[in-house]
Amino acid sequence: MGSPLRYNVLVIGAGMSGLAAAIRLAHFGKKVAVLERHDRVGGLNSYYSLNGYDLDVGLHAVTNFAPRGASTSALSKIFRQLRIKPENFDLSPQKKSRIAFPGVTLEFTNDFACLEEEVAKNFPSQKDRFRKLVEAIRNADPYHPSAERRSAREAVSSVISEPLLAEMLLAPLMYYGNAMEDDMDYRQFVIMFQSIYLEGFARPRRGVREILDSLLNRLDESGGELKLESGVREILVENGKVYGVKLMDDSRIECDSVLSSIGLLETIAICPESSRREKKPAEGKLAFMESINILDSSPVELGMEHAITFFSNRENFSFRKPEEPVDVNDGVICVPDNFSYGEPLNCNMVRITNKADYAYWENINPMENLPRKRDWHSRSIEGAADYMPDIRDKIKFLDVFTPRTVRRYTGHINGAVYGSPDKVWSGGTALPNLFLCGTDQGFLGIIGAMLSGISIANQYLLK
Amino acid sequence: MSKSQLRSIVTDIIKSIAPDEDLSSLDPEKPLRAQIDLDSMDFLDIVMELRVRYNIDVPEADYPQLNSLASTVNYLMPRMQGV
Repeated sequence: MGSPLRYNVLVIGAGMSGLAAAIRLAHFGKKVAVLERHDRVGGLNSYYSLNGYDLDVGLHAVTNFAPRGASTSALSKIFRQLRIKPENFDLSPQKKSRIAFPGVTLEFTNDFACLEEEVAKNFPSQKDRFRKLVEAIRNADPYHPSAERRSAREAVSSVISEPLLAEMLLAPLMYYGNAMEDDMDYRQFVIMFQSIYLEGFARPRRGVREILDSLLNRLDESGGELKLESGVREILVENGKVYGVKLMDDSRIECDSVLSSIGLLETIAICPESSRREKKPAEGKLAFMESINILDSSPVELGMEHAITFFSNRENFSFRKPEEPVDVNDGVICVPDNFSYGEPLNCNMVRITNKADYAYWENINPMENLPRKRDWHSRSIEGAADYMPDIRDKIKFLDVFTPRTVRRYTGHINGAVYGSPDKVWSGGTALPNLFLCGTDQGFLGIIGAMLSGISIANQYLLK
Repeated sequence: MSKSQLRSIVTDIIKSIAPDEDLSSLDPEKPLRAQIDLDSMDFLDIVMELRVRYNIDVPEADYPQLNSLASTVNYLMPRMQGV
């Protein structure tokens, strides 16, 4: 088998997709290592501790929550494929969430009938049309290679004749997994619709750490390796094939194949010039500012009773890079206490997410960074005033991260959490033994990411 | 290897893939997928587990022979000699 440092597969990036792929490969006897440049795993869904608080980045909630026994769901596919016991993720369902636009609110829970009733009540003329849309979504197979590529906006407005309802249905799906400005790939729309509305939200009491710990345990049990602080400087190519990688410290590791989860452009950037594609994919532009607010009292007692609120102050929801540093006119508010845990969480946390302009935050004078963050955080609470109380005098801990933070910790160009709008659904590249999984393969969201790693591993690396 | 040993080899594999399925009342003559919830990904995993655990390669053309528990056992019988 050659030198002991030769692997069957090197996975670049220890996020959800890379870890899931590595578990599959190791489970079936492949010699595999996951190379992570950061000092911890998680990628876009990671964690940190500050001032004694354990905090999550990324994950507000796990999507695709289905009750035990519903084995056709994407979530139960993941449990089976990774041989993880469902209880290990310790998922507790949300209480309720809502989509709130000027004058209209649609509440939804993990019981789809709730959203159906809300649509019928608020948009009586759309009741049957909504049913028709849902029927088409239930029958679609977005994971199929030949699935039709079309505009989600067109698909929705060809059935739903009330533009406000179309906007309201699209907003959460775009916020939780869309790399494209203004529109969405219909396949991605179907995946997100199923994962958020037809299934639903849940959260581990310990947040993303619970999920990452389960994945790491399985990787370890299966014999897969994890190398932290092992950023890849270059993918080594000879005679049109990958034969290894060079790490940041210039050491080399040889392998039969590489599976990259770090993004398409990000992967191209570490491939030799000669092996790059002719056509450069587009850069992602959608980036976010998020604030983590820990209050001195319960947000639930202040009237915040939804797990997740997707709001917009405009009837026309605009999903694009804002002109100003942060677009505070729409956003997502997450209250982790509003899930039905066995024992109440009472972490008193409120997270607020808004779209932000990467360039502004990247180029800011470092002396200005903190005051600007404070200023935009304050405006972000003002922007959400119709949907939450003014919590500014109740905050005992605050941390704000911007697209610059995302870029620094995840390596994503422009801090674009959902990557390039040009997805590579096949997972293949110009090189025969270099594959892509994760964000830029096309299945987004936390469950989509794991499925992406699993399906690319199955398709190409477990043959 | 006896039929009953082979049968438990197969049910152990299924149990490892789908721990939430009840296998105690499986009718060995009936198609597995009519009795328990196994999708195509789960089915492929049975094939892969056979390869990793017992070094048995099931070519795609033979997949129909893994239809029921009994047919799977019959299929594996001559191939598991000496394992």
